Amino acid sequence: MTGESMANQYDIIVIGGGPGGYVAAIRAAQLGFKTAVVEREHLGGICLNWGCIPTKALLRSAEIYHYMQHAKDYGLSAENIGFDAGAVVQRSRGVSGRLNGGVGMLLKKNKVDVIWGEASISKPGEVVVTATKKPAMQPQAPAPKGILEPGTYQAKHIIVATGARPRVLPGIEPDGKLIWTYFEAMVPQAMPKSLLVMGSGAIGIEFASFYRTMGAEVTVVEVMPQILPVEDAEIAGLARKRFEKQGIKIITGAKVTKVEKGGNTVTATIDDGKGIQTITAERMISAVGVVGNIENLGLEKLGVKIERGTIVTDGLGRTNIPGIYAIGDVAGPPMLAHKAEHEGVICVETIKGLHTHAMDKGMIPGCTYCNPQIASVGLTEAKAKEQGYDIRVGRFPFVGNGKAIALGEPEGLVKTIFDKKTGQLLGAHLIGAEVTELIQGFVIAMNLETTEEELIHAVFPHPTLSETMHESVMDAYGRVIHI
Amino acid sequence: MPINILMPALSPTMEKGNLAKWLKKEGDTVKSGDVIAEIETDKATMEVEAVDEGILAKILVAEGTADVPVNQPIALIAGEGEDPKSVSAPASGAPAPKAETAPAPQAAPAAAAPQPQANTVSGDAAAHMSYARVDQAPAGPAQASRPNGASQGNGAGQGGNRIFASPLAKRIAKEAGLDLAPIQGSGPHGRVVEKDVRAAISGGTAKPATAPAATPAQAPAAKPAAPQLASSMGADQVKAMFEAGTYEEVPLDGMRKTIAKRLVESKQTVPHFYLSLDCELDALMALREQINAAATKDKDGKPAYKLSVNDFVIKALAIALQRVPNANAVWAEDRILKMKHSDVGVAVAIEGGLFTPVIRKAEQKTLTAISAEMKDLAGRARNRRLKPEEYSGGSTAVSNLGMFGIKNFQAVINPPQGTILAVGAGEQRVVVKNGAPAVIQAMTVTLSCDHRVVDGALGAELLAAFKVLIENPMGMLV
Repeated sequence: MTGESMANQYDIIVIGGGPGGYVAAIRAAQLGFKTAVVEREHLGGICLNWGCIPTKALLRSAEIYHYMQHAKDYGLSAENIGFDAGAVVQRSRGVSGRLNGGVGMLLKKNKVDVIWGEASISKPGEVVVTATKKPAMQPQAPAPKGILEPGTYQAKHIIVATGARPRVLPGIEPDGKLIWTYFEAMVPQAMPKSLLVMGSGAIGIEFASFYRTMGAEVTVVEVMPQILPVEDAEIAGLARKRFEKQGIKIITGAKVTKVEKGGNTVTATIDDGKGIQTITAERMISAVGVVGNIENLGLEKLGVKIERGTIVTDGLGRTNIPGIYAIGDVAGPPMLAHKAEHEGVICVETIKGLHTHAMDKGMIPGCTYCNPQIASVGLTEAKAKEQGYDIRVGRFPFVGNGKAIALGEPEGLVKTIFDKKTGQLLGAHLIGAEVTELIQGFVIAMNLETTEEELIHAVFPHPTLSETMHESVMDAYGRVIHI
Repeated sequence: MPINILMPALSPTMEKGNLAKWLKKEGDTVKSGDVIAEIETDKATMEVEAVDEGILAKILVAEGTADVPVNQPIALIAGEGEDPKSVSAPASGAPAPKAETAPAPQAAPAAAAPQPQANTVSGDAAAHMSYARVDQAPAGPAQASRPNGASQGNGAGQGGNRIFASPLAKRIAKEAGLDLAPIQGSGPHGRVVEKDVRAAISGGTAKPATAPAATPAQAPAAKPAAPQLASSMGADQVKAMFEAGTYEEVPLDGMRKTIAKRLVESKQTVPHFYLSLDCELDALMALREQINAAATKDKDGKPAYKLSVNDFVIKALAIALQRVPNANAVWAEDRILKMKHSDVGVAVAIEGGLFTPVIRKAEQKTLTAISAEMKDLAGRARNRRLKPEEYSGGSTAVSNLGMFGIKNFQAVINPPQGTILAVGAGEQRVVVKNGAPAVIQAMTVTLSCDHRVVDGALGAELLAAFKVLIENPMGMLV
């Protein structure tokens, strides 16, 4: 590595500094590759700046607010409870800002260069970076120190990790003022009095939960027959009951057919197949999924294979064009940060020639941080039956768990699904307090191919919520103790 | 931080290899693309190219080390600005991988408590904090990588050896009545996982558990391996039958292990049957002489080509496969793959074993092209310089022991090929022709058929088509 001519040459350039991209870059540097990341707006990507992380900060504020409102249940008194919407948002931005700076430090520590701008692949082995044209979402974290300027850069391997953006339905285009995407929903100037949420996936439901807890009248419209469409129907049903009890209005199997904007309101026409109704709210959130950022990268010209809006890879990150790779959201569902990170590492290790395996997408957990939390991994009951499994199902409610009662969180359920024939754990579906922290126990179990026997033999600590997991397994085999 | 050079996987199935030779020494400058070492795999010797640049600071695995697991660091390159002398393995302060690496498994049973190979590897530097599996599953018997010096053979009988398998894999194997020991694990450190057992069940490569384990009531699930009989004797048992000092122990190289594994698998799982036939060679020998005599000679008087009988055999078999296309097939567990072209393997004996390089689309090639290609392949086979793709595939093979005077023999099918043709020596024989004794040149060929692919009548049809071509060799020229 000598001479000026080497300055713009890398072994690996990663386009996109989100959770997939920056993790891939760090792993690449660890493996001895000269590595750079191209980022146009914010290190850490949507996840860290406008997604997973800042929403968790908002939801934490909502959770504490909720506890304060119920202080009496715990023998405490709290008066004049209220909130400062600006401060809640500011805290959330602060959390993102801190982690954004952390990513910059991690990259620096690993000697990964950061090139600031928008990248396109001019030909295999060459990335052209131009100044960012996309207006940055505000507030924007400052760019890290020591960034490299736009220009032409060479790399033996180019990893596309450009992520995704909100899906837009024609006629219901977000305007950022009355119709929000998650960007605006994360930084409200003031709490709207009423809110219409279109879409009940993780993003829609988390915002519905947040704004309802903060006092807004919330209506959720979902086109599928159940909310949280990817979750087990029983769990989604329990969630719906809880949400409705909290005062969230839920309309399923219904389409928003028209939206009319007023001065400070939105009126949506909703068709549920049986009739038409209109709902007027101060704000509307469009949360109908995300689409991969595949444009303006030069992919079409290079002949990179794209199907259904995402880049086709071989499971190890390789596209059909040698030297060009894709990971994360842009490489297809599930569009989750942890899937992107894992794919990034697999991709880089594959480039290194290590013995990698494509991940089993059937074992990627999913978490929704509404109140109550929802977490799942593997097959739902319906999917397991559809795949022809003869199943055993275990259920254990939080009401039978000492820790849950002590916490004041008696509402929850752990549902486990086993293959009757082999005892293989096919899926686990949880709803209740802290279940997003519990699910990894089942993730490990599935990855290690445990059967019910090992799960039953394992000792779970008492008193913890995790005992509900143990009991659920025992219930599937007729050995449950505490119900 | 120094850069680890890891043992590369030179083919998708490679799990370990022998470090045959270092072409760079400590202190040498290494550039990307430089050939730094030679690795001997199952069958071939291949070159390792450097990916990174720098100074080769330390060689961690000595030349001649056998069975180095894929992904084990074999050398360190000092990075930019690093003093190569100060570089030590590994950077994170974990125990250094031993230069002598894991003991060759075949030496293990006798040695006192050898370092379990799996541990040697997992104890390595941060380079192994990897999502890539540090796969240990060896090419040979699965348990070579199992800790506690799991012995040779199937190891199942070596009481107390733990078989690393997932609970689900154990249960499925138990229910199917399968012995886990011979199943090669594809999980981390060679752990047997669900898909390995499923593959073994569908592939029929697994052995039923021997008597004690087959009775589930008597065999506690927790130790399926313990009471079983060994399927073949371990090295200790064999050695016990001979007086010490009356033999020399020869370690197995990759080729020997592959031969052992493949052919045991073939004889145990492929239903062989054999068809023999005599072919008259007079016309072929005459034609051969004529063609060879017609070869142009260079200034040293060396002919441009010299066809062997075997070249005719390859060509005849290739054309016969086209004429009997149903026999041009390989077994693929749940289906048969019918080949469009005649890819014919040819067994080449080499020092210490054999290769079966494949002549592709042999039906389209002229005899001289086949002859030249065979010469090249055989030459490189003897130097172990064939690429894996040059000796894989093919629907059939030719094994010719005629040059050793062998009259006839039965060859073992190289799975998944459907057939193999064993060719005996051409010789003068007295036969009855038109009611009178006559002296002719003849050879006996024997076709081994995988009955799953090629039934008796089909095999006979193929052999008959072959005989027609050999006895009327002009048919091969048009």
